[in-house]
Amino acid sequence: MKINKELCDICGTCVAVCPVDAISVSEFQVKIDNDKCTNCLNCLKVCPFKAIEEGD
Amino acid sequence: MLKDKYDVIVVGAGPAGSVTARFAAENGASVLMLERDREPGIPVRCAEGVSHEGIAPFIEIDESWIAAKIDVACLHAPDGTNAKMYNNGAGYILERRLFDKALCDVACRHGAELLTKADVIGLLWEKDKISGVKYRYFGKIHEIRCDLVIGADGVESRVGRWAGIKTAVRLEDIDTCVQYTLSGLKVEEGCVDFYFGNDIAPGGYIWIFPKSKNSANVGIGVAGHLSHKKGPQEYLNEFIEKTYPDVKKTYTVCGGVTTSATLKEIVRDNILLVGDAARQVNPLTGGGIAQGMIAGSIAGKVAAEAVRTGKFDKKFLKKYRKEWDKRLGRTQKTMFKMKEKFMFMGDDRFNKIAKICKNIPKEKFSLKALFTEAVKGDPKLMADVAKAFVVSKLKK
Repeated sequence: MKINKELCDICGTCVAVCPVDAISVSEFQVKIDNDKCTNCLNCLKVCPFKAIEEGD
Repeated sequence: MLKDKYDVIVVGAGPAGSVTARFAAENGASVLMLERDREPGIPVRCAEGVSHEGIAPFIEIDESWIAAKIDVACLHAPDGTNAKMYNNGAGYILERRLFDKALCDVACRHGAELLTKADVIGLLWEKDKISGVKYRYFGKIHEIRCDLVIGADGVESRVGRWAGIKTAVRLEDIDTCVQYTLSGLKVEEGCVDFYFGNDIAPGGYIWIFPKSKNSANVGIGVAGHLSHKKGPQEYLNEFIEKTYPDVKKTYTVCGGVTTSATLKEIVRDNILLVGDAARQVNPLTGGGIAQGMIAGSIAGKVAAEAVRTGKFDKKFLKKYRKEWDKRLGRTQKTMFKMKEKFMFMGDDRFNKIAKICKNIPKEKFSLKALFTEAVKGDPKLMADVAKAFVVSKLKK
């Protein structure tokens, strides 16, 4: 998964649906750890601004 | 100067965190709140509606953080039928950025300490026991010890995950939300509006919360499993173009609201979770401020008792869980069952309920009347609803 930083508002909705704790949020950015990610696409589906895309 | 060790560290200084910190400190614990952002209350991720009885026990009502007073709710069915509810008590539309600060001030006045821009990145462990937190502060990693960590870190909570608690929710149990503050629209004073319908906001609703005579928070929540092809922003834009073609958008916010029951596990040895982090949100309305504060008041008192007795194990901390279930946890479970029912309800059923509610005399139409109508034909759920309302009445 990768994050389009121009669209991401750092709201953290993606973290709540990640089943493997692959997503972290700081004050300034959201990061997805692709080593942990299982490609379930939950984060992509709930992102309010559609800021998450498939791919590394 | 910070100490090397506190009795209690609260991660997150939102309403749940601040109230927890206040009650823990007031009852004798040394408490530090760590807040990731530069000040509590910012950025706002909220529609800002609360009931008077939800917040009054925790803070003196102050005009400075009240944007508007509410006494009517208008429910709009998909076919345009609407029903007005006058009997749901008084409410407010808050200025969350000021309200959160005021709550945090109360905590500090009771002796809690606060550090902002402190981003908690992990737990400290000693012999398999949680013994503190690691946080980033101006580029440096710091460690600070405590006996009890309280995760009040919101919908994006990770504190619980680090302790091994399962906090992830199903897509069906989260609403993805977008809200604009619109300026230049005429709003009916004292009235909040809700729009329902599977083409308007699938699995959720659109809200219009007035913030002044000519501005309002207009937002939408869409159930997570129904938002893939078309997201909340598209639904909301369509609604606004149709309903308010000539208004200006000012602020834009987004976020997620969980609509599940409370997590199965909210305490472990040396840790407990409160507020959005524990999924203590009303699954029907998405309201979480009052719920988080009630949970915080229970958690704070239990935390102080843990400090007094030196017991920080799961068995002792379960007192908080028990008390929460008694106060609201069980009601939340009933609300969750109702939400499951509403989620799969067709537009025609919404229309029918609205028509029936419209004919209920003004003085008799309440949330209870609405829910009773909505769950007709499901005796078990009807009994649960009745019970839930008896419980909430007793608490007043």
